[in-house]
Amino acid sequence: MYGNRFRHNFLTALLLAPATAWLVVFLVLPFIAIAVFSVGERAPEGGYQAAFTFAQYANLPARATAFWNTMVLAPVGALACLLVAYPVAYYLALQAPQRWRLILLALVVIPFWTSLLMRTYAWMYILGGRGIPALLAFVGIEDVRLINTPGAVLLGIVYGYLPLMILPIYVSLERLDRRLLEASADLGATPLSTFLGVTLKLSLPGVMTGFSLVMILLLGEYLIPTLLGGGKVFFIGNALVDLFLQSRNWPFGSAIAITLVLVSVVVLIVANRISTRVSGARRVDLI
Amino acid sequence: MRAFVIAVFGFLYLPIALVVLFSFNAGRHASEFTGFSVQWYGTALSNPFLVEALKNSLFIATTSALLAAVFGTAAALGLARVGIRTRAVFDALLGAAIVVPGVVIGISTLVALVQLFAFVNPFLASIWPDDQPPRLSLGYGSIIAAHGLFSMALVTMIVGTRLGSLDRNLVEASSDLYATPLTTFRSIVLPQIMPAVVAGFLLAFTFSFDDFIIAFFVAGAQTTLPIYVFASIRRGVTPEINAIATIVLVASVLLVVLAQWQLRQRKPSN
Repeated sequence: MYGNRFRHNFLTALLLAPATAWLVVFLVLPFIAIAVFSVGERAPEGGYQAAFTFAQYANLPARATAFWNTMVLAPVGALACLLVAYPVAYYLALQAPQRWRLILLALVVIPFWTSLLMRTYAWMYILGGRGIPALLAFVGIEDVRLINTPGAVLLGIVYGYLPLMILPIYVSLERLDRRLLEASADLGATPLSTFLGVTLKLSLPGVMTGFSLVMILLLGEYLIPTLLGGGKVFFIGNALVDLFLQSRNWPFGSAIAITLVLVSVVVLIVANRISTRVSGARRVDLI
Repeated sequence: MRAFVIAVFGFLYLPIALVVLFSFNAGRHASEFTGFSVQWYGTALSNPFLVEALKNSLFIATTSALLAAVFGTAAALGLARVGIRTRAVFDALLGAAIVVPGVVIGISTLVALVQLFAFVNPFLASIWPDDQPPRLSLGYGSIIAAHGLFSMALVTMIVGTRLGSLDRNLVEASSDLYATPLTTFRSIVLPQIMPAVVAGFLLAFTFSFDDFIIAFFVAGAQTTLPIYVFASIRRGVTPEINAIATIVLVASVLLVVLAQWQLRQRKPSN
């Protein structure tokens, strides 16, 4: 009996060992490393020099623009995604003909799994001088500037992250017990109050999952502001690339990275709280 | 409602369609389509830097996805055998690997590896018998490991879900009939989780092949396809990029379709 249990535990440990090693070496230790770096100093020739100071954190306002842009455009972008995504998810889950449902869903997912770089680059074409502005000039509207504006970045965000918002909302609407909708109508509720009181309320876990996922990914976004914002709409991700790869101020970059992770954690916790309180249900797991 | 949904699908696919269309453009410019030609595919595939980047990306994506599929599956099997507390810690770490933004994964891996190399390289130099000690540096290894982290988490979750819906009766019946645990695993468990493993591998491959931001930090002197494409976009848009973008789009669509098809294969009947 004892030998058997020993063998059971040994095999379990063996199965988990590579994954554990990977998580520790490439997730836990690196995170500790940037935490240590964030209280250090920049070495004279760039990089890191050991110290214990919170000067890097005190210096965060130096990148206030990047923080401001991110903190405004991430929630606004996620909200815009939500407004476009909800009707699509609603149609797919509750109205689309059964045999079309999976095909339409696949059509939503495919862009998400194709390169964000290539898709964002397509918008550089469309918004650039030879795209829509050229069309507008043709009908007499001159000098329209679309690319390298916050609006272009917002458009890129909605385009890039829309599938990630549609999916969890679709999942929560799909699981919805349709008898509840009938019951609500039978009890004399108007379609609007059925939607608000039943459908929307029960889909809130999916909404919160989508919103917090998109929010968190946007907090670290780099490509969209770079390609569509043209260096004018700076995000935290841009600040990090600049600090690590150009000016080589690793301790300051680490302090920003730690702040970014903390903000992400707060977003997750708040989202979880809200969806638990509103519907008593947990967030939708995507996988 | 329906019109809105159609408009959204148009919004999702119009830019992709334009890239594909202009990859067949005979002219040099983006705005006017001056005739059908496949010349830009030829230009792209005879550009040695581009081909090199493509090969690097294929090698990195295959290796990291394979490692992720093997170790992720092992982890999912192991997690099915542990207590609730160990499981919670593991789930939190796997969730973190997926949710932490790529920028942060990239920089923290860079910082940790550079620190590690600073210790290991002098040590290797001191114990090495001749004057040419091996030097660890950023490159294939660091990209594969950083991509593998996310991918492994993904595989563990997908396979774990599949394990959860596995018919326990079959496993019990198998051991009642005196099959060894290994036989049970090979003939009952593995065939049932295989579609999830393959789907995980394909998604991991797609992710690694497309990733720009993590590789940007940990690539060192290596160039992957997204890094090359990013650099050329910044130098100015060329029709060559349309051709390569089309190839990548078609390849990733095929892989995702294959992955979805695998996931739906032999679904446990419930």
